[in-house]
Amino acid sequence: MALDTTETRHARLEAILDAHAGREGPLLPILHDVQAAFGCVPAETIPRIADRLNLTRAEVHGVVSFYHDFRDEPAGRVVVKICRAEACKAVGSDALAAAAEARCGVAMGGTAPGGAVTLEPVYCLGLCACGPAAMVDGEILGRMDAARLDAALTERGA
Amino acid sequence: MKVWLPRDAAAKALGAEAVAAALEAEAARRGVALELVRTGSRGMVWLEPLAEVEIDGARHAVGPMTAADVPALFDGAAAHPKALGPVEALDWMRAQTRLTFARCGVIDPLSLSDYAAHGGLAGLRRALGMAPAEIVAEVTESGLRGRGGAGFPTGLKWKTVLEAEAPQKYIVCNADEGDSGTFADRMLMEGDPFTLIEGMAIAGLGVGATRGYVYLRSEYPDAIEVMEAAVRLAREAGLLGESVLGSGRAFDMEIRAGAGAYVCGEETSLLNSLEGKRGIVRAKPPLPAIEGLFGRPTVVNNVLSLATVPVIFEKGAAFYADFGLGRSRGTIPLQIAGNVARGGLFETAFGMPLGRIVEEIAGGTASGRPVKAVQVGGPLGAYMVPAQFDTPFGYEEVDGAGGLVGHAGLTVFDDGADMLEMARFAMEFCAVESCGKCTPCRIGAVRGVETLERVRAGDAAAVGLLEDLCETMSAGSLCALGGFAPFPVTSALKHFPEEFGAAREAAE
Repeated sequence: MALDTTETRHARLEAILDAHAGREGPLLPILHDVQAAFGCVPAETIPRIADRLNLTRAEVHGVVSFYHDFRDEPAGRVVVKICRAEACKAVGSDALAAAAEARCGVAMGGTAPGGAVTLEPVYCLGLCACGPAAMVDGEILGRMDAARLDAALTERGA
Repeated sequence: MKVWLPRDAAAKALGAEAVAAALEAEAARRGVALELVRTGSRGMVWLEPLAEVEIDGARHAVGPMTAADVPALFDGAAAHPKALGPVEALDWMRAQTRLTFARCGVIDPLSLSDYAAHGGLAGLRRALGMAPAEIVAEVTESGLRGRGGAGFPTGLKWKTVLEAEAPQKYIVCNADEGDSGTFADRMLMEGDPFTLIEGMAIAGLGVGATRGYVYLRSEYPDAIEVMEAAVRLAREAGLLGESVLGSGRAFDMEIRAGAGAYVCGEETSLLNSLEGKRGIVRAKPPLPAIEGLFGRPTVVNNVLSLATVPVIFEKGAAFYADFGLGRSRGTIPLQIAGNVARGGLFETAFGMPLGRIVEEIAGGTASGRPVKAVQVGGPLGAYMVPAQFDTPFGYEEVDGAGGLVGHAGLTVFDDGADMLEMARFAMEFCAVESCGKCTPCRIGAVRGVETLERVRAGDAAAVGLLEDLCETMSAGSLCALGGFAPFPVTSALKHFPEEFGAAREAAE
């Protein structure tokens, strides 16, 4: 893993800000890139983002905190999202969510002690004709049950 | 050997990648030259992953495939244990009128030559020969109404933007398909992205907008990948840019990812989000058509509305308007979801009775138990019951039955569904996703959850309070989130009063 010093982190942030210079409405694309680079939107990046976009820190913080996607600290090593919306509830996603909580040892919305797994609700993955649906580390999975979820987690060492 | 296999997210979620890998491995093992074309989905989700192989000039379907089913495919698709016959001859396909989804599942989504060979760009070429007012008139005559849910006449919206004077106008595509039970936008973008691009270019020519944005939810990573690739290819081919297809008229666009906020599917909230702000709803007026993105006149249309524009220009407004019922003209891509035997996308002319969709097309529940309720139109839509199954599927007709067409999703529940829990969830979802601008939604949804929990606990006074609260939210909320969230609650209460317990009887 590359050394992640304050200087390299600073340089990465500047590179992201440079890449979006001149775009219309660049804040969301910037925040997505920052999170992809750092695993979250670190608090120390906010003043610099605000400065470059001529916004206040409060405005940038307001945007970061409004959207479910943006985290203020990195997620666990494996991120499990389970659809909790109607179409998946119609085919048993409540039971899947309960099984996931038991398997991961953490309540929905939390990260397991030790940081192995983050378990999150998601409201629709567009897989409504093959639910219950889940996303494990970006991989989409349909017709999930407790056994398949366990296999997906075990495969990833979680 | 040529094999078509979907790369649609639903097919992938059911194992399409393992099937693709097995196809490559088996072809290598046998020394057979394999041409594997990754398509969109035909919409028969219960058969995914659905492979197709050409036999005597017709594409034959084999599925649902697993990696273990692959070797037999090389021994002859017709004799395969999972062979289903020619795709076009399957009941599900024959019963449809596929206009918006004509190419989805058929072509390679990222091949412009495939796209053009199947009627693509014909609409845009025709529009390039028309004056802006003629383009807008064509859309008006087609009777197309907003497929995102509101059903507002698309031509009227375009006319407002055309007549607005401004140095810059925008076309914004609402691809923030957050409603549970809906996935048509996702399927279209993954399976036929150039249709959306073509529709947006025609919209740009019609209203005088040179820039477009697709606001695409982050929960759809596959759709984002396909759309971004398609925009790059379209730009390289001169379909987008300074001179659209060499016409000297400019239109370009980009894809913007959302960030997990359901309320951004509301058009004014979406515009704020595109501008880089919190996704807070704006009061209307001013309409986005007058003051939209960055305060400029903006067409905000759903994916399906824009993706239907090319076929209207290819075949003519009258052709499209010929389908349908009453004031609901053309076709509607139904999305059949939840506890159903045959779930997926089914495009048909407006007017099919609800019961026929649920019982005949979808084949009833997956569990085999009786249908208890169907939520029509997403999380903000009403629960409809078998006694209402003769309701024709049209905007005014469903509305007349106390429901909402919305984005045309139908989520089916069997008799095991707990309607009090579904009502509680509707309020909880509204509380989680409320933008917070207006009080009826922000506070009302939280109180709704609490009140339904009191009902659950047997509190007699709570049902009357809930009804009052729903009325306040419906009448007083700024947008459809708080305004329509009571729909599932009041419809569940109306159709299943017994589940809201003795409390209701005592209250009355």
